[in-house]
Amino acid sequence: MKYALGPILYYWPKAKVEAFYEQAADSSADIIYLGETVCAKRRELKLKDWLHIAHQLKKAGKEVCLSTMALLENHSDLFMLRRYCDNLGFTVEANDLAAVEHLSKHQVPFVTGAAINCYNAETVAFLHNLGMKRWVMPVELSKDWLKAIRSSELVKSLPLEIEVFSYGHLPLAYSSRCFTARSLNRSKDDCQLCCIDYPTGRQVTTQDQQQIFVVNGVQTQSGQKYNLINEQSTMQGLVDVVRLSPESEQTLIMIDRFRANEDGHYPMTLDNTKECNGYWHQIAGMQSK
Amino acid sequence: MELLCPAGSLKSLKAAIDNGADAVYIGFSDQTNARNFAGLNFSDQQLHAAVEYVHSHHKRLHIAINTFAHPEQSKRWQCAVDKAVQLGADVLIVADLSVLAYCAKHYPDMELHASVQVSATNAGAIAFLKSQFNVTRVVLPRVLSIHQIRQLARSCDVELEVFAYGSLCIMAEGRCYLSSYLTGESPNTAGVCSGAKFVDYQTQQHQQQTVLESRLNGVLIDRFAEDENAGYPTLCKGRFSVDNDLYHVLEEPTSLNSMELLPELYSLGIKAIKIEGRQRSPSYVRDISKTWRMAIDNCISQPNEFVVNDTMQQCLTSYSEGSQTTLGAYHKKWK
Repeated sequence: MKYALGPILYYWPKAKVEAFYEQAADSSADIIYLGETVCAKRRELKLKDWLHIAHQLKKAGKEVCLSTMALLENHSDLFMLRRYCDNLGFTVEANDLAAVEHLSKHQVPFVTGAAINCYNAETVAFLHNLGMKRWVMPVELSKDWLKAIRSSELVKSLPLEIEVFSYGHLPLAYSSRCFTARSLNRSKDDCQLCCIDYPTGRQVTTQDQQQIFVVNGVQTQSGQKYNLINEQSTMQGLVDVVRLSPESEQTLIMIDRFRANEDGHYPMTLDNTKECNGYWHQIAGMQSK
Repeated sequence: MELLCPAGSLKSLKAAIDNGADAVYIGFSDQTNARNFAGLNFSDQQLHAAVEYVHSHHKRLHIAINTFAHPEQSKRWQCAVDKAVQLGADVLIVADLSVLAYCAKHYPDMELHASVQVSATNAGAIAFLKSQFNVTRVVLPRVLSIHQIRQLARSCDVELEVFAYGSLCIMAEGRCYLSSYLTGESPNTAGVCSGAKFVDYQTQQHQQQTVLESRLNGVLIDRFAEDENAGYPTLCKGRFSVDNDLYHVLEEPTSLNSMELLPELYSLGIKAIKIEGRQRSPSYVRDISKTWRMAIDNCISQPNEFVVNDTMQQCLTSYSEGSQTTLGAYHKKWK
């Protein structure tokens, strides 16, 4: 099993991001995804800063992949996307069809991110034909759903890696509205880059105190942390890459815990009030089994 | 600029055609339809009657096959395409990339539209859909501002269709799993959002007051005082707390109404104005179709003089969620 560190979904100051990746270089992650995927207004790091980190991580022996934005709304978003895609030397994770369009046209192999709707073997084969070398399954799909795809005639012989989002708050939805700005009674135009004040987003609770969502700018995340650490024995032969989404420096330690429990020998007790694994079991995502 | 109206039944379809729709969109009674609700949609006999009615009035029928094919069941989605073509549909509205590919390969002459569920929000994604599947029209997600739509209209050589009125989806369509997070069923996997079978209302005592609680799969979505109208617990329209601040964290119960933007949408060359609501009643379809027909006719004949008059406004408000309407993302300030 390979372990991947997903892109940081929150807005952290530049120094914090750099310090995080200095530690990540020494971590046991095999693959590291870099870049801003949520909001074009988050510009603490420019492309050249990301590339600088990318080169350092590559030197440290990591496979580096540049992740791109999920919601592209205008020409400047597209312009930025193309600049990321044209940095030959690093694989790109496409999170919108615009990225697939650009990368396939230039015959550059790519990773299809979880934000692209790929729900069946025919779509996997179609994207593979366009240059997909790794597929990150949509977060709402289950082990059984994946089994059906992986075992299909169309997919089983393809040279393709399959990655599953396995740890962290799940990215559940994207809007053009900024919910963090709204929580401060500001419009998106006047957001004052407030996401930087919330390094793990803002908790949303129901009127009877259940954690339901986390708002992270234009992204809505699960209220509970998804954790498939104890499900890895069921991933054998099905999943090639396990993704952990950075929550803090602690996530780097969690990679070791995942690795240690790859065969199920060192399970972890989950906190059912804060963690969930429902999607993997094809039940409501917030539930646990 | 065509008026495209919803129909979840033969009665609604006739109401749409009789009241000025240029085209009507429908779906089948199965998983291929994002409005696969109990008691809605058409029997085979009704489907034939629908085609007959639409074509005898020289209007067009769009059939939506707008969910994502489940693994090992792609045949079902392909059969839906075959069936729609055989029925005599004028247009297919399709969401799944593999189903789009199937249409392009087997029915290259069929008019193919990219469903809003494809989530094509930019010129790059639209170019992809055109080059891969010869999609001739894209239904835009309800996340773009009028300025962004203007940019797209200028740079794209496919037809654009926009949602004009109805339930307001505040997330980029096709990219929202909030419903499956709470219930296990989402628009992408089951064609349903905040499904009715998970809804529960209960009267409770809370802080010495009688309140009505609405829950979705056991999760408290809102609490209503006795003098409040209790809305349907659509999860993105619930009242939740952020740091003890209780409010509609994502969106208020409200409906989209873009009628005041009609002259601008017309000048941008937007090809179709879409009304949401296949799950709504025939009287909704009748009144809303009639009102939008009038508005579009007024707009085309005198775009500079266009106003939303009181009768139109009353009709649109009366059918809105919480009797409120919004311009949604079309207006930048909404964001």
